[in-house]
Amino acid sequence: MEPLYLKNSQPCRFGDIPVATDFREFADEARTLLSDSRCHCVNYFAFAAQDGIHLIMCIANDAEAAIAVFSHILTDSEVPSMQIEAVERFEREISENHGITFTGHRWPKPLRTTPDDYPFYRSDNEEHHEVGVGPIHAGVIEPGHFRFTCEGETILNLEIMLGYQHRGVEKLMIALPTIDQKSILAENIAGDTAVGHSVAFASNLESLSGFKASREMVYARTLALELERIAIHTGDLSAICGDVAYQLGNAVYGRLRTPIINYMQKWCGNRLGKTCVRPFEAPYKFTKALAEDLLKTLEAFEKDFNLMSRQVCHYPSVLSRLERTGSVKYEQALEAGAVGMAARASGLSRDVRKSHPYLLYSSDMETVVKHHGDVYSRTQIRIEEVGNSIAMVRKLIESWPFDETATQMAAAATPAMAPDTFVLSLVEGWRGEICHTAITDASGKLALYKVKDPSFHNWRMLELAVRNNEISDFPICNKSFNLSYCGHDL
Amino acid sequence: MLSILLIFAAALFFSGIIVRTKSVCAGRRGPGVFQPIKDVARLFRKGAVYSTATTAIFKAAPVIYMASLLMAAACVPFGNMPGLISFEGDFVFFAYVLSLGKFFCIIAALDTASSFEGMGASRESLYSMLAEPVFFLVMGSIALLTGNTSFAGIFASLQTYGSFFNFGTALVMAVLLLLVAMIENSRLPIDDPKTHLELTMVHEVMILDNSGFDLGLILSAGYIKFAMYGAIIANLFLCGSFAGSIAIFTLVQLLCAVAIGLTESFMARFRMNHNPEFIFSLSAAAFLILFTIVNL
Repeated sequence: MEPLYLKNSQPCRFGDIPVATDFREFADEARTLLSDSRCHCVNYFAFAAQDGIHLIMCIANDAEAAIAVFSHILTDSEVPSMQIEAVERFEREISENHGITFTGHRWPKPLRTTPDDYPFYRSDNEEHHEVGVGPIHAGVIEPGHFRFTCEGETILNLEIMLGYQHRGVEKLMIALPTIDQKSILAENIAGDTAVGHSVAFASNLESLSGFKASREMVYARTLALELERIAIHTGDLSAICGDVAYQLGNAVYGRLRTPIINYMQKWCGNRLGKTCVRPFEAPYKFTKALAEDLLKTLEAFEKDFNLMSRQVCHYPSVLSRLERTGSVKYEQALEAGAVGMAARASGLSRDVRKSHPYLLYSSDMETVVKHHGDVYSRTQIRIEEVGNSIAMVRKLIESWPFDETATQMAAAATPAMAPDTFVLSLVEGWRGEICHTAITDASGKLALYKVKDPSFHNWRMLELAVRNNEISDFPICNKSFNLSYCGHDL
Repeated sequence: MLSILLIFAAALFFSGIIVRTKSVCAGRRGPGVFQPIKDVARLFRKGAVYSTATTAIFKAAPVIYMASLLMAAACVPFGNMPGLISFEGDFVFFAYVLSLGKFFCIIAALDTASSFEGMGASRESLYSMLAEPVFFLVMGSIALLTGNTSFAGIFASLQTYGSFFNFGTALVMAVLLLLVAMIENSRLPIDDPKTHLELTMVHEVMILDNSGFDLGLILSAGYIKFAMYGAIIANLFLCGSFAGSIAIFTLVQLLCAVAIGLTESFMARFRMNHNPEFIFSLSAAAFLILFTIVNL
């Protein structure tokens, strides 16, 4: 069996996905592909089709800008686990939703359900103590339970139990009747990545319908993605400073985030970019006046941002808290299947913008990679990425296809989706790789919609990062990843 | 009598000035100077909620804590006017009556059987234990210098030293005492009073279960504690005339509050495992004072 290679957002007939007759063959193929560090599993899920449950494996090859897709039709409700850390999390999901047992699974625990008797990892040592944090936290954040095993002030192990935010997004995506309703749902998969998720959703729907996005739509989406990155990264920097009790950084970065999100409001009526990206249309026209306003906003932003960042990167009091805190090694990141910013902080260069180009991104763009994998690396990545995004936005505006005469931007009628088709879209949200997968049925309606937020992989990174750190440094480690609870729980 | 009234008066402003300094530095409008006092007044009107897991110790601790602070504040003189309580060796009594209050706070925290509060209690007891030598070395040094062992005697004779008493030494002492006050009050750079994250807290996490009236007591005790340390520092600089003394007292309290506010605006909290090293270095500086005085 030779896997089918697809480009980002390239649709294919569902029947064309090669099927491995034997599970061993399926697993071996996956293992072979994943042994290459340039490949990683972007999605692995089960699909209940008429001819049985298909296990579909999607492995992205970053060097070839291709995604290998292949499947296996289950004949048994018990299959051996692949025992690859990055895949095991997907196996937990399949096991939870389809009742399939993976024998030899090293961590067979619920993924998105929160039973009272959750089998936490425990230490029998009398010297160790447990600290349970959450699901209700101080401050306005989402619910999740963190169980620490500590020796004095040092964390030996952290186990994270999620699932409190499970809303049934994937099922709802199929059940909702209109595209508008589906779009609103896509925007709310993770509140801080409204643009990222809606771009992935729009790409999927447009690919399924054979619709080609207009130049203006492509520009608007790229701009929205980069503005989201600038806004959220700046907000995170503020929160990182807040967590080390550095008031100046907290206040300055906090103030800097505001003009960016206010600009989003001016453009599309929502500070978080909701409604900014919709399939088959560019709902808000980007005029010359808006462009000038943006350039002015960015100019004022950049000056203060650079000044503050220089201060943060040279201030011993702050550096002593950030450096060598919450380190994740390259090997650990690779094994955990880390994606996005968190992976790049550990020297693992994974950026969908570069490796699987979409919209206006191209493979010659520069990505920021750091090698220490500590909180400071993740801080630096944010600072440098904001700079890169500003440069990118300026370039976009320079070549923007302003066409004042065009008023009708939406497609005349919503095109119908092709029947029995599979499509997978990868988008680099500010946090990392977002993967949306869709399969349509014989009548051209959605039969399956799978969502994967980068948090899905990266929560594991947090568990690894805090080991052997002080428990008092957990909040700063957590903030440096800033993962989404609802993006994970769906 | 005058000294304790002055301490109460300073306590009304102290926290408010810190908060105000911080908000000015952050470019925010911020709350008024009396906001902390208003918060406490609101808490005093409320009832307290008690966990069923706690015992009488938990209920008694805030009152004992407050009482210990009032007693300690009563020991502090104002220049050559002794405090309400004054006897030979009263500065030892001062230190240990404070420790008694803290001890009850710690066992009350353990009483809740919460893993958070146990963590906070262990941190708080470690830091105040390490800070204790600093206070004794500073006070002991001046006691040695003046040949007195009561607060009143020490400060009264300091005033007569004039040029002989090295102003620089007093300044170092003032800084050390201020830092001790910041440690004892769980401020930056040891602890972050603003955080909402239990895992990084020291003092706040210890009093997580206290609410309403009890919390009001603990908070107001904290304000008095600040003013009390401010008063001790002011005593190092008081001059003979009454009006001058009042002015110096006010100025020193103000400077202390602003200094704390500025530190909290422009500095990050220490990494938890650097805190003991920091406190040890204060002890080392206090030894310098002792050696200076021994060599005089």
